[in-house]
Amino acid sequence: MFDWLQHFADWLIYTVLGISAQSHLGEALNFFVLDTIKIFILLMFITLLMGIINSYFPIEKVRNFLTKRKWYGLDYFVASLFGTITPFCSCSSVPLFIGFVKGGIPLGVTLAFLISSPLVDAVTVAMFIGMFGWKTTLIYVVSGIILSMVAGFILGKMKLEPLMTDWVKELLKDKKMADKEQDEMHLSIYQRFPAIIKESIGIVKGVSLYIIGGIAIGGLMHGFIPTGFFEAYISKENPFAVPIAVLVGVPMYSNTAAILPIMQVLVSKGIPLGTAIAFSMAVVGLSIPEGLLLKKVMSTKMLLIFFAVVATCIIISGYLFNIIL
Amino acid sequence: MKQIKVLGPGCPKCKTTYNNVLEALKQTGIEAEVTKIDDIEEMMKYNVLTTPVLMIDDKIVVKGRVADVNEIKKILLQ
Repeated sequence: MFDWLQHFADWLIYTVLGISAQSHLGEALNFFVLDTIKIFILLMFITLLMGIINSYFPIEKVRNFLTKRKWYGLDYFVASLFGTITPFCSCSSVPLFIGFVKGGIPLGVTLAFLISSPLVDAVTVAMFIGMFGWKTTLIYVVSGIILSMVAGFILGKMKLEPLMTDWVKELLKDKKMADKEQDEMHLSIYQRFPAIIKESIGIVKGVSLYIIGGIAIGGLMHGFIPTGFFEAYISKENPFAVPIAVLVGVPMYSNTAAILPIMQVLVSKGIPLGTAIAFSMAVVGLSIPEGLLLKKVMSTKMLLIFFAVVATCIIISGYLFNIIL
Repeated sequence: MKQIKVLGPGCPKCKTTYNNVLEALKQTGIEAEVTKIDDIEEMMKYNVLTTPVLMIDDKIVVKGRVADVNEIKKILLQ
């Protein structure tokens, strides 16, 4: 699919710039040009696609959908699935949390949504396709959804409702909904399209610096780290590699745009793919800033349980990835 | 006078929206009372799920995304 791009990169670096294909610099530059263009094409395409899907299923519709009928456990799946196509700025997590729980959606289902939304989003999917190919992307997306369901289900079974902060409990006692659904002016898909394009460009612009930075660092490492360099230290056989990678990743706050290009290089130099994916999941799925936001609605104890359960699920899936991949 | 409210806990997107509102008002010459609501407990009274939210005269006009200056001008001039 991207063969033409490889030809272009070869032509640009080796012919136009006249840098030898055998040199570290040539290899690094080629990698940089190829990956940057590829990622931006994928990113634009996928954010547009998700923007269109999302305009049919705005978050209010998802909430109504989840509250309207009895789901008998299937709601964990629905919430996790919609989490992947619903982008939201991390500072929306508190209003979302309250809006969902107040709307009558079980706590575990709400948390499943909150876990899956940052874990699988347009930027991550685009980066994964560009960096690791379709098969790995599919495995990542499916396991991201399963992980959110399982973690949400476990958290739901733990009956954490009493551990929410007092003002949230007060708010929930007041059963009547604040007021009727306030909707943005209704527009057809054609009328919304300019806004969707603008939103996509905004997302791409927002992550572009991280991507270029990530790919530049990746390109340098790619050219200079010898192949198989990490195998001596981190192998699939080392049982501590996955938990350590996850524990290091949890407090970190970054986006997949910056991390995945570096991950790709580390994998090509011998770090097991599963360990790398688990690390990425820990970085994007959980972070200290997110914890500080959620502290508004969760007591410290609940927050720690939330982080512990999600981190454990990520560690387990890291082991599973290393077995499957 | 129009009452404009920008709801958001203070993330970059909410700040951009707020500044865009001020800019749109300046460009159109419309006078309005602009309030920034960044307290989450206060915000929840408006039953919103995603931020930032732009409200004009207690009606939600844009939510979950940043409205740019031109868009706000268009809404204001309606």
